[in-house]
Amino acid sequence: MSAPLAAPGAVAPLNAEAGRWSAGQAAVALAIAAFLLAFLIWPVLTVIRVAVTEPDGSLTLSHFGSFFQLSLMRESFANSLYVAGMTVVLATLIAVPLAYITVRFRFRGAILIQTLGVLPLIMPAFMGAAAMQLLFGRSGSVNQLLGQWFGFTLPIMEGLKGVIFVETLHYFPFILLNLSAALANIDSAMEESAQNLGASGWRLFRRIVFPLALPGYVAGASLVFIKVFDDLGTPLVLNVTNMLAPQAYLRVTSIGIEDPIGYVICFILVGFSIAAMAGSAAFLRGRDFATLQRGAAAAPRRDLRPWQAVLAYGWIVGVLLLVLSPHLGILMLSLSKVWSFTLVPEIWTLDNYSVVFRDSTRMITNTFLYCGLAALLDVVIGTAIAYLVLRTRVPGRQWLDHMATVALAMPGVVLGIGYLRTFRDTEIPFTGEALLGSWLIFVLAYTVRRLPYALRSCNAALQQVHLSLEEAAQNLGASRARTIWRVVVPLMAGGILAGFVTSFITAAVEISETILLTSRESLAPMSYGIYLYMQSIAGRGPGAALGVVAIVMVALGTYLSHRFVAARHAQQFMKGQRP
Amino acid sequence: MQSFLAARLAAAILALAATGTAAQQQVTILTSFPKELTSAYKAAFERANPGMRVEILNKGTSAGVAYLRETRAGDRPDVFWASAPDAFEVLAKDGLLAKFDPAVKGIPDKIGNYPVNDPQGFYRGQALAGYGLMWNTRYLAANKVPAPKEWADLVKPVYFGHLATSSPSRSGTTHLTIETILQAEGWEKGWSQVLQIAGNAVAITERSFGVPDGVSNGQFGIGLVIDFFGLAAKNSGFPVEFAYPSQTAIVPANIALVNGAKNADLGRRFIQFSLSPAGQELLLDPKISRLPVLPETYRKAPAGYPDPYGGKIRAKVNFDSELSESRYFVVSALFDHAITFRHKELVAATRVIHEAAVKLAAKPNAQGQRLLTEARALAFTPVVDETKTRDKGFLALFRETKRDAARQKQMTALEEHWGKQARQNYDKAAALARQAAAAAK
Repeated sequence: MSAPLAAPGAVAPLNAEAGRWSAGQAAVALAIAAFLLAFLIWPVLTVIRVAVTEPDGSLTLSHFGSFFQLSLMRESFANSLYVAGMTVVLATLIAVPLAYITVRFRFRGAILIQTLGVLPLIMPAFMGAAAMQLLFGRSGSVNQLLGQWFGFTLPIMEGLKGVIFVETLHYFPFILLNLSAALANIDSAMEESAQNLGASGWRLFRRIVFPLALPGYVAGASLVFIKVFDDLGTPLVLNVTNMLAPQAYLRVTSIGIEDPIGYVICFILVGFSIAAMAGSAAFLRGRDFATLQRGAAAAPRRDLRPWQAVLAYGWIVGVLLLVLSPHLGILMLSLSKVWSFTLVPEIWTLDNYSVVFRDSTRMITNTFLYCGLAALLDVVIGTAIAYLVLRTRVPGRQWLDHMATVALAMPGVVLGIGYLRTFRDTEIPFTGEALLGSWLIFVLAYTVRRLPYALRSCNAALQQVHLSLEEAAQNLGASRARTIWRVVVPLMAGGILAGFVTSFITAAVEISETILLTSRESLAPMSYGIYLYMQSIAGRGPGAALGVVAIVMVALGTYLSHRFVAARHAQQFMKGQRP
Repeated sequence: MQSFLAARLAAAILALAATGTAAQQQVTILTSFPKELTSAYKAAFERANPGMRVEILNKGTSAGVAYLRETRAGDRPDVFWASAPDAFEVLAKDGLLAKFDPAVKGIPDKIGNYPVNDPQGFYRGQALAGYGLMWNTRYLAANKVPAPKEWADLVKPVYFGHLATSSPSRSGTTHLTIETILQAEGWEKGWSQVLQIAGNAVAITERSFGVPDGVSNGQFGIGLVIDFFGLAAKNSGFPVEFAYPSQTAIVPANIALVNGAKNADLGRRFIQFSLSPAGQELLLDPKISRLPVLPETYRKAPAGYPDPYGGKIRAKVNFDSELSESRYFVVSALFDHAITFRHKELVAATRVIHEAAVKLAAKPNAQGQRLLTEARALAFTPVVDETKTRDKGFLALFRETKRDAARQKQMTALEEHWGKQARQNYDKAAALARQAAAAAK
């Protein structure tokens, strides 16, 4: 990650400084470490030490032996790896063309597509899978049509392939978001030089654009892998049990919270997530992705040739139809009174919405408060960790990254129970209110659990900022803090925003931890409300209606933040031109 | 931006502190019941007791138990209200329930052979639930499948690929259904029936609600469900029917006062209300459709409403709750390792067995018939025999969840053995059935 372009003499002062580390940096690192220890590591340890201890407290590795002795566990392990791997492949096929076309070409509705592409993440997994059942399931609309017209049905929602299908549509936005941010950050001069040298089309993409955007792609792909590897909701809704995360959940909830095998699985999930992160970091190490000139808004978007345009629009419309099908399903469900074994609902109604707005407005504001604060904390901490890791020599800085990443692999149930155990007697300073009875617990839990998303995005964004830009600022007399605030953070804005959006929307649909931590219904966020409604036949309509409200509001937020960033970029560009 | 955030936080904390002191007359109910039911009770109780507020805390039964265990005394909710009796047993054993006699008149001590209230006085029956079959009329018509009447009907080849059930380890209601079949038919024959039903099933759902949900929207044709799921779906306008088979059990859904509750007095008042005529009548709401525990309430029920006291539901099984409890974990674990996790293989074996039977019916062949009988015996015999379930040491292994490494090893070996044995049986049965089909040619 050093600066290959700079002459050795020019960077000497900064390099000399980078060899040491300041007290301020160490203080920030310590503060973050303390936060993570208190709200992530310790609560998790109180729960998963079961995996390596005897009831009397002595250490043992015997439970790991027991785990590998079970052929069911070995099979689940293989299934989880297979599903996660296949999902990454399919998600790549969907996300890469979407990102490339919308960022690099003059394309009508690019912002709209970027926004729509994020929508799948907004839906809680159990709701998306339920909607997909209505459309693609055994007696879903698609199979009813196929059965009536052609006499056969497609079992796309059955078994492992059903999981892969749903997960792909659910998680490909991780790649789309990160890759789009990375593409927008590439120095357009690189592409122009390549074009001047005669490269175009596939060759230009394969040799220049994609390699430069690799940090974004790898960040997204490793997230998809880990999310799918750890995902619980989708396999459960599709009644697939022979995978690792469902096995852990089933053991902990049915055999008991003290069952060691369940925690051995958690251990393995954590280990694999860290390995996947470390693997992607190792893969990127030793390559330089930073480019000197920033030109996101000024980057020339190319025109599509007519046949290309037809192809591109065809592909995008096709993909979007598939991607938005769960939303269509939810929308129809929210407008229906009865929908059973028919192509579309037979009785339509708006009652479900009036029920939701009468009963659940508090939940909507709660979601915005908790998830907004959590996402804000996430990008602040994420940026700080990324900076400490990539730009300083504070000892043990890698551990901040590893520690934060642990949260990715923690099943919500484990963290939820860990919180209940650890903070049972904790009171909030000054007010004396029990921490567990207050809404702050949600903010803390969401912050910790969604930090890895923000961290990945911030990391990728910072990797693309060339060191010599900071050196230039410091050579001109700017302090380190001022350099970060005025140069680094603005240059990372796209990545930070992507991190904020991912953290926010994934926190908004978090459910397993939310159920455990809700101590009063008046404190509950929207995801809890959707879950609650969806537990009864008569509640499916209102549940879907609340889901639609959530989707619309978060989509609007995403769209506006894209607009905001685009506007700011344009403004800065104008300022730069004036003098 | 940061100062704005800090100001916002401070303001929010102050606002919360203010609301915290205002809410004194508040009763908190921890429940697994759906929103229609809880909202109806909340509204009715608040109307009857002006100035009091009901706070509903909805969690799945097992999450609810975990929550109570992890909450400190004095901060706990006041009332626990859920279906599965075993959850209440667990809580009572952990000292998390308080004895309370609401002294309501008119509620019988027993329904069939099953005590309505906990003999020790920790929890009380609040409603009754029977288990039965629910089916989607459109699905059955489209697939030309007849409506079932008895559990035993479900083993027929015509139902292959149309059933759904949950697993006893996931849902207390499913556990009671399975246990009812086992008690009605005996261990070996009962398991044979359960295995054949599961072989015909298209899914073993993770939540008990997954079954009525899938039947209502037409993913599944027929489901094994608790009565109110079926009745509520029907009363909400879905094209479904519900029936009690003759061998069913009626058991209570329960309510209890929590030990270490924040507001025990209000909790008592809520329990009393839920058992009063006014509280019982709420259960008749079409969207709720539960069976009241108070016999006189049935006089206000609409025509055709099932009445467990009126002889309309023929519960032939006298449910033995002690037997059920003694082997609770064995039944759950056996179901999961032989059925839930090996469902693919079981379904594959069942399919070829059905196919071979059809071929042999068309072209009878003694050798083929013998092979088919052998295949059936292999696929549909439980891998644990009944004598084992009376072995105290064996049962104790399952009861204790805090295990040391040696016991965990023993347990793991057992699970591995069951799963492996079941898989081998299913694969071998499928091979035999294929040979049987070949013999018919």
